[in-house]
Amino acid sequence: MKQFKGRVITPGEVTAEAVVTTEGFNTLASFQMALQFGDKEVKCGDQNNKQLHGKPLINKALCLPQTIGSTTGGLVLYCACAMEKNPACMLFASHIDSLAAAGAILADVWVENVSMPVIDCLGDEFLNYVKDGMKITVSKDGTVTVE
Amino acid sequence: MILTKEQQAILDGEKGETLAKVMKTLVMYGDAFEAEKLVPITSKYNHLVTSFGLKVMSPVYDLMQKLLDAGVASGQQFSVDPRPLDKNVPANFLQNLVFNKFMYTKQDFYEKQLKELGLMNDDAFSCTCYMDEMGNKPKMGEVLSWAESSAVVYANSVLGARCNRNSGIIDIMGSIVGYVPYFGLLTDEGRKATWIVKINTTKKPEAQLLGSAIGMKVMEDVPYVSGLDKWIGTELNDAACAYLKDFGAATASNGAVGLYHIENLTPEAVSLGAKLIAEGAKEYVIDDAELERVKNNYPVIWKNPDAAPKLCFVGCPHLSLEQLKDWTVKLEEKLQGKKVVIPTVFTAAPKVLKAFNETEYAKRLEKTGVITSYICPLMYMNNPLCKTMPVITSSNKLRTYTSARYYTDAEILEAITNGGKR
Repeated sequence: MKQFKGRVITPGEVTAEAVVTTEGFNTLASFQMALQFGDKEVKCGDQNNKQLHGKPLINKALCLPQTIGSTTGGLVLYCACAMEKNPACMLFASHIDSLAAAGAILADVWVENVSMPVIDCLGDEFLNYVKDGMKITVSKDGTVTVE
Repeated sequence: MILTKEQQAILDGEKGETLAKVMKTLVMYGDAFEAEKLVPITSKYNHLVTSFGLKVMSPVYDLMQKLLDAGVASGQQFSVDPRPLDKNVPANFLQNLVFNKFMYTKQDFYEKQLKELGLMNDDAFSCTCYMDEMGNKPKMGEVLSWAESSAVVYANSVLGARCNRNSGIIDIMGSIVGYVPYFGLLTDEGRKATWIVKINTTKKPEAQLLGSAIGMKVMEDVPYVSGLDKWIGTELNDAACAYLKDFGAATASNGAVGLYHIENLTPEAVSLGAKLIAEGAKEYVIDDAELERVKNNYPVIWKNPDAAPKLCFVGCPHLSLEQLKDWTVKLEEKLQGKKVVIPTVFTAAPKVLKAFNETEYAKRLEKTGVITSYICPLMYMNNPLCKTMPVITSSNKLRTYTSARYYTDAEILEAITNGGKR
C-alpha cells in the first residue's frame, strides 16, 4: 500500500479500481464512440492509446498524466458526467491541463447528483506505482491510497 | 483569487443563481491555474468552438438553455466553428441517413439557441473567424475567451491577442460575465518561449508538416522559431498569414501549442526579439531529414493501406481567399481542361466563399470538378462510416483526429490530378 498527496480540483471521496495510462488521455477520442452509441461500459475508443483502448472507463479510477486533444475535450467530459458515464475519479500525475480542468469543474458546478473527484499533481512516482486493477481510495483532502 | 466587489457580488448571487454558477465555474477554473484575478475581455467579438448539434451532446444544449432561460446571454456577439453538414459534399445514402437521422438531429435546435445567445450572423460559421471577410479579427493585446485551438494559436501568435487554450463552454461563460482568469498565455511570463526551434531545411518547409513536428516535440510549450523568415519572409502578407494559419493549426492539434513566435515576423518576436526566450529554453533543430522522419512515422489506419482514395479534403483550417485562387491556378495548369480524378472538397468560411464566388476564379475552379463548401471536414468524418473510407488530406489536424491520410499540398495536387495524366 502507498499513499500519495495531491491537489484537489473537485472534491469528493471514492473507492474504485484503477485503469492507467502513462500517455496523454485524449478525451474526445476516448469517449465519443461510447457516448454516441450507448456503450454501457464506456470502453475507451482511442485507438492511438494502446494502454486503454477497449478498456471500460465507467466507475474506474482513471490514472493519467494529462489530457490531450481537441478543445471540445472539456465539454465531452462534462457530457460524460451529465450522462453518468464518467470515471469514478480522475487522478493526474502532472498539473491538470485546461481542458480537463474545465470538464471537471463544469460537471462539479452544473451537474447535480454526480461526484467525480479530481486530484492533480500526484507526481511521476504515482504513475510509476499504480497499475491496472489496483484498489484506489480518494480522500477529501487529496490523499490517494493505492493498494 | 482576489475578486473585485462587482465580481464577488455576482459570485454571491446578487445577480441571480445562474450567473453565480457561471462566475463560480470561472473562479474554480482560475484557481486550478493559480490565477490571482479575473481580467476583462476586451475583444469586440467572442468565438465559440461548439458548432454542432450532435444528439449525444444534449447536456450541452440543456446547459445553453439554462443560460437562455435565466436571461444571462452574453452582450458580446460571437462567431462559431463551421457547420458539420453541407449538401454539396458527397455523401452516400447511408451516410446521409446517419448524419441527418441519427447524429446531427439537434443541429437546427442548437443553431436557434446560438442565434438567441448572440451569433453574429447566419454566415458566422468558420474556424477562421479572423479572416478579413468574416469580421472577427482581434487586435494586438486584446483579451479573448476563445476555445477553438487553431483560432486561439493564430490570434495569440499572428495577431498578438491574448487567450488561453480554453475548453468549449468555458468560452461562452467568460463572455457572459465579461472576465477570464489571468494565467498562462494572458501573462507576459506565460508568453515566453521555452523552446528555440531552428529551421535548417534546404527548401521551404511544408507548413502543416513543420507545425506537426514542432507540436509533437514541444507539446503545450511556447516555441521561438528561427530561420523560417528565410522561407516565408518578414512581412505578414496574405501568403505568410495563410502559411502561419496552417502551421499553427498543426502545432495545436499534433501537440497543444497555444502560442508560437516566428523570429522577424510575428508581432511580439519583431518587437521583443530574443527577450522572449526564457532562461534554460530547450533547443530543437529541424532539417529535411527530421521532417521526413516525422512524416514517415504517421500511422496509416486505413483497413487497406493501398486502397484508392475516395475523397479528398483541403481546407482544415478553412482556406483563405488567396489559397483558393492559388489552388485554382495550380489545378488548371495540371489538368489542362480535364477534371480531378478524386472527388475533392475545398473548404472555406462562408464569407470567404462568397468573396471567391465574385471573382473569375470561381468558374475556373468549378470547371476542374472541385467542390467548395463551408463544412467542417472533421465533423463530416467524425462517424464510424468514415473510418472505413479512404480519405486523403493536406490537413495535419484532420489526420490527427480522423482516419484521413496526410499528404503534402504538392502530393495532393498530383493525386487529385493523376499527375496531369488521364
